[in-house]
Amino acid sequence: MSSDKDLGTYQPLTYYQMMEVSLRELLVEKGVISEAEVERAMGEIGARSPERGARMVARAWLDPAYKARMLADGSKAAEELGFEVPGLRLIVVENTPDTHNVIVCTLCSCYPRMLLGIPPEWYKSRNYRSRVVREPRAVLEEFGTAIPESMQIRVHDSTADMRYIVLPVRPAGTEKLSEDELVALVTRDSLIGVTIVTGEPAVPPTS
Amino acid sequence: MPETLERSEVAARFAPGDRVRVLKAAPLGHVRTPWYIRGHEGVVERLCGAFPNPEELAYARTGEPRQPLYRVRFLQNQIWPEYAGREDDVIEIEIFQHWLEPL
Repeated sequence: MSSDKDLGTYQPLTYYQMMEVSLRELLVEKGVISEAEVERAMGEIGARSPERGARMVARAWLDPAYKARMLADGSKAAEELGFEVPGLRLIVVENTPDTHNVIVCTLCSCYPRMLLGIPPEWYKSRNYRSRVVREPRAVLEEFGTAIPESMQIRVHDSTADMRYIVLPVRPAGTEKLSEDELVALVTRDSLIGVTIVTGEPAVPPTS
Repeated sequence: MPETLERSEVAARFAPGDRVRVLKAAPLGHVRTPWYIRGHEGVVERLCGAFPNPEELAYARTGEPRQPLYRVRFLQNQIWPEYAGREDDVIEIEIFQHWLEPL
């Protein structure tokens, strides 16, 4: 983009922003989609947040039958709570006192967006993607998660049509909490598997 | 997607527990088999179903016939010589059937 154009107060568009605007305007102009449809889709994307995954986890902690259904078929269990998983299959991997699970997509940044929303920047970074597969314990320690030598680590590389969330271990001392109170404990990062759930209520995650 | 698209799928060759090797190949195009796992041996964890072949889909073809997709489990210390975790630490990866050979 030439610098002599008067762009007013706007930042110049990046290459991909320009591509998006051009393509969207063409599709609207040709009547393939409408601006209203784009608005609606953006609204739906914005409404997805890690609370959806957290809700599934809290339900599984409280209801062993739901947990069994969730481990057998994650997509169906998500749909049971009203969360659609169109086109992809959800696999839920269970943390236990002996096993810790962590999710990555080494090829790009596949992420269970329908349950966790927009992925954090670090999830898409080359650093995380290239290192968590070969030195998961070191990477987890950088997230403040020390996995003892007594535990096995399972890394899941999301390379094709499956998407993953982790079912964390329910922390001790939460036996009396309600489903909503449990939801508040489950962080986005614990659903990816880079942290565990503590008894402390979640603070909003930073990117 | 055209309405006349014929859905078909390749029959699954492997079952959970089968030992397999990932092909050590380097075709051009949109390949969803990570480079680091090519040539390595693992065990089928589960059959995920059959899905359009991404190597065809990426070029606006139909991806049919659908290819069986597996989750294959590999021992970390067999993939990374310098691996510093437990002997039974694993990595599990989705791999399409046409990238796997029986052992």
